[in-house]
Amino acid sequence: MQTSPAAVVEAHAHDNPALLHHFATEGQQKNAASLGMWLFLAQEVMFFGGMFCAYLIYRYKYFGDFGSASQQLSITLGAINTAVLICSSLTVVLAVRAAQLGKRTALVIWLLLTIVLGLVFLGIKADEYAEKFEKHHVPGPHFSYHELLPGQEGKPAAEQQYANPRHAEMYFSLYFAMTGMHALHMIIGVGIFAYLALMAYRGKYGAEYYTPIENSGLYWHFVDIVWIYLFPLLYLIDRHR
Amino acid sequence: MANHFPNEAEATHDHISPVGSSVAIWLTLLVFTGITVGAAFIDLGPFNIVVALVIATIKATLVVLFFMHVKYTNEKLTPLVIVSAIFFLFLLLGLSMADYATRLWR
Repeated sequence: MQTSPAAVVEAHAHDNPALLHHFATEGQQKNAASLGMWLFLAQEVMFFGGMFCAYLIYRYKYFGDFGSASQQLSITLGAINTAVLICSSLTVVLAVRAAQLGKRTALVIWLLLTIVLGLVFLGIKADEYAEKFEKHHVPGPHFSYHELLPGQEGKPAAEQQYANPRHAEMYFSLYFAMTGMHALHMIIGVGIFAYLALMAYRGKYGAEYYTPIENSGLYWHFVDIVWIYLFPLLYLIDRHR
Repeated sequence: MANHFPNEAEATHDHISPVGSSVAIWLTLLVFTGITVGAAFIDLGPFNIVVALVIATIKATLVVLFFMHVKYTNEKLTPLVIVSAIFFLFLLLGLSMADYATRLWR
């Protein structure tokens, strides 16, 4: 396809009102928006990467203590939340599909379902946090920790080794920093999807224009991927000991 | 006349994910979640974390390729951005660990 100035003028004259004047065609405008979103996500990789790096260093230094502290988390709740996020990613995919096909009602329903699943995730996370406060596993002046290192349960009481509470506190600091920053992304995501649902209900999106749905979907999937790595690193370490 | 916008011809036909393949990816992700939980309770020595991270990476790859439509994108810079992000992440993790893991060397 050739892009002559006349074709560009024609594209602007007859086509999509969402096509901005500094783009030649809808395809170019969509690709530019998508690329911008991916650059934002690349920046997010480095943002979370700093925390993953801190985790890696301290897991290396305080290996057993991290294993001990990790076993204070509930695998059941962590696995349920992983499944909830994977389901929410499917509803996002179906929302983008509904937008591409111009199905307004289906789009609103999938967006609302995504919000519900996001809120279920945050509810379970809040329950987990509440338990940490009750057990004094929140880093700070009230932190207290007296648990065995992994693999010490079967030994005689005199030989049992306990985790260093300062090192366990570092695990919980990283746990709250990483899951907290992830939860903040979820809260922002729920807000974005609430706005999208309202605008979709008003009929703003359709087969001609659904860039906000697609790019918000990319954001949601990225937050899902962060959790896909957080779950094994925080919940599943040293469980076999 | 040269084509200044090589992407635009394809870009007008965006990929629409079929429901069946999306559901298949979703089920695969759930199955891998089950496998990673199960594998955590089997003693594989130093390979427990390797297995966990390989499964997580498979899941992340499925999400990126299919749910985020990268397999079907006509924007050739998107894969470049993704590879760059992963490269710089490994630079951050690799060089930091090269420091911490060798501090006791004499």
